[in-house]
Amino acid sequence: MNRTFTAQNPSVLWFLAALSLFTITVTLLSEATGVGLISTSFVKVLGKTLCLCLVALAMDVVWGYCGILSLGHFAFFGIGGYAVGMWLMYARTEGIVLESLSGQVIPSTPQEITDAIGNQIFGVVGSSEFPLIWGFADSLFLQLAMVVLIPGLLALVFGWLAFRSRVTGVYLSILTQAMTLALALYLFQNDSGLRGNNGLSGLQNIPGYENTPQSTISIVFFLASALALALGYLFFAWVVSGKMGSVVKGIRDNEARVRFLGYHVESYKLFIFTITAIVAGIAGALYYPQAGIINPGEIAPIASIYLAVWVAIGGRGRLYGAVIGAALVSLLSSWFTGGGAPNINMGFYTVRWTDWWLVLLGFSFVAVTLFFPKGIGGLFDYLVRKPR
Amino acid sequence: MSMLLEVSGVSVSFDGFRAINNLSINFAPAELRAIIGPNGAGKTTFMDIVTGKTKPDSGTVIWGERNISLLGMSESQIARIGIGRKFQKPTVFEEQTVRQNLAMALKNPRGPFAVLMHRKTVANGQRIEEVAEEIGLTASLTRRAGELSHGQKQWLEIGMLLAQEPRLLLVDEPAAGMTVEEREKTTDILKRAAQTRAVVVVEHDMEFVRRLDCKVTVLHEGAVLAEGKLDSVTSNPKVIEVYLGRADA
Ligand SMILES: Nc1ncnc2c1ncn2[C@@H]1O[C@H](COP(=O)(O)OP(=O)(O)O)[C@@H](O)[C@H]1O
Ligand SMILES: [Mg+2]
Repeated sequence: MNRTFTAQNPSVLWFLAALSLFTITVTLLSEATGVGLISTSFVKVLGKTLCLCLVALAMDVVWGYCGILSLGHFAFFGIGGYAVGMWLMYARTEGIVLESLSGQVIPSTPQEITDAIGNQIFGVVGSSEFPLIWGFADSLFLQLAMVVLIPGLLALVFGWLAFRSRVTGVYLSILTQAMTLALALYLFQNDSGLRGNNGLSGLQNIPGYENTPQSTISIVFFLASALALALGYLFFAWVVSGKMGSVVKGIRDNEARVRFLGYHVESYKLFIFTITAIVAGIAGALYYPQAGIINPGEIAPIASIYLAVWVAIGGRGRLYGAVIGAALVSLLSSWFTGGGAPNINMGFYTVRWTDWWLVLLGFSFVAVTLFFPKGIGGLFDYLVRKPR
Repeated sequence: MSMLLEVSGVSVSFDGFRAINNLSINFAPAELRAIIGPNGAGKTTFMDIVTGKTKPDSGTVIWGERNISLLGMSESQIARIGIGRKFQKPTVFEEQTVRQNLAMALKNPRGPFAVLMHRKTVANGQRIEEVAEEIGLTASLTRRAGELSHGQKQWLEIGMLLAQEPRLLLVDEPAAGMTVEEREKTTDILKRAAQTRAVVVVEHDMEFVRRLDCKVTVLHEGAVLAEGKLDSVTSNPKVIEVYLGRADA
């Protein structure tokens, strides 16, 4: 990334500056520094929001730049969460089991210890056996590798099948919805090996840091999320600039033309689909330790649709648009549905935002699509006149 | 002289309708050829077959000195082997600048990783300047292609073909919607291009074809009706009947 790269993409510098300022401010005002103007739980909300911004960036690259309306990218986000959650849950349960067994006169055999951990984790689904997929759960390194490998491989196989058959447009969107639905339904089963609808919980407790207060842990994750967002932004800005960006946008605007220029369009789609899936996985791996729990409901088809709505509202085809859309809509969503917004009593009817938020969001989406197709990010075009 | 492209006995049907009917047509390595014929004669479908967009039901399409069959190849492979195509409707990337359009077309490695790691070079920059000069868009290199006039878009698309450095250029109705001066400029570009490579131009407009001053092939109902100099084919009774007997010609 050289001078010309940032010179051609001034928005990258602006974004990084704004993100740094935001990150430093939140950190200084958090409970971790003793100031405490921003509560630990709100730090977690902000940290999670940064992860959502990162997955929105991925969505923007695959949809806004490459024209593939994937409605399944939240599945990759969830897989990332599950992958890291398995280690968090295993390692923490192991610690608890070892502690409770340590007082015994006769030391436990390794088999007894494994059984006790299995019982703790899988008791809720009436099992104590470790399923095969937990084979690496005791290794943080391997589980972190899974965060990248499983979304990457799934996207590679799925994308290869879909793009090779030239599935495009709404058919591809439906196919990606089917993928995330199938995954969610599978995970809902008790014998999926991932605790069915209970999902994985207690993920906010980081093994080895039992005595570190959540105020500190939350700030560490917040900073890690900010760093991931910054790196993700730089990476995607690099990918969509230059010649790769030309080809990718060309595929969005006229796939056939790109093909007749000699580019193997399917390889490019596969490349974009896969790298964005991997970034979504990384975002999920950072999100769920802050959320504390992940269950199959998280990757229900609607989640991926929301992702597309955020990007559309923020403005697709521009990276900062995706960040703005994800941050704004997800924060507003938790404000409205979390009881933050006061209900409106009209005498004959009380507008409860928990019920009406979705209606408001739906209207906003329609309004943006009809009247501001460039989204909120499009407003920046009025501020900055692009040199022609 | 050995042929650059040999199309033999090719047929293709759409829902039982024979758009191309046992068509055989050959092109030499450096020739300019005009293909004329009434609407629906199968001119565009012929290009679709050569460029891999449509698979024929029967026949062979053989390319180059090594006699490679194009039929098993994908559109992008055929493009890389040296066949460039201009569509009937001008298709350039409107969101991107003229320079970006040309840069994308420039003959360079086409794989995703090569493209990702691509760096601007002086040689590429010069190639872009040369092509822009050739198509008269030097002053518009930094403009968005969408802002160009219809004629300029057509030239840009021809420029993209030239940048690909193909051995065969298939140009579908380049003069449609152009003013007289624009047409003249277009014939000049095409004639110059044909000095070093084969250029096949599909066109309706007889005046345009006359200016090209080259061998003419008349297509009718998916087969060759006549071939030769423009004057000889236009005096051919079969050709006169086809053209005068149809309202849309
Ligand atoms: N994809 C297609 N499906 C069905 N019919 C087609 C298709 N492409 C072309 N045709 C038909 O084949 C005939 C030849 O079309 P075309 O090659 O476009 O003619 P031209 O370019 O000479 O005007 C027309 O009758 C057209 O309707
Ligand atoms: Mg045609």
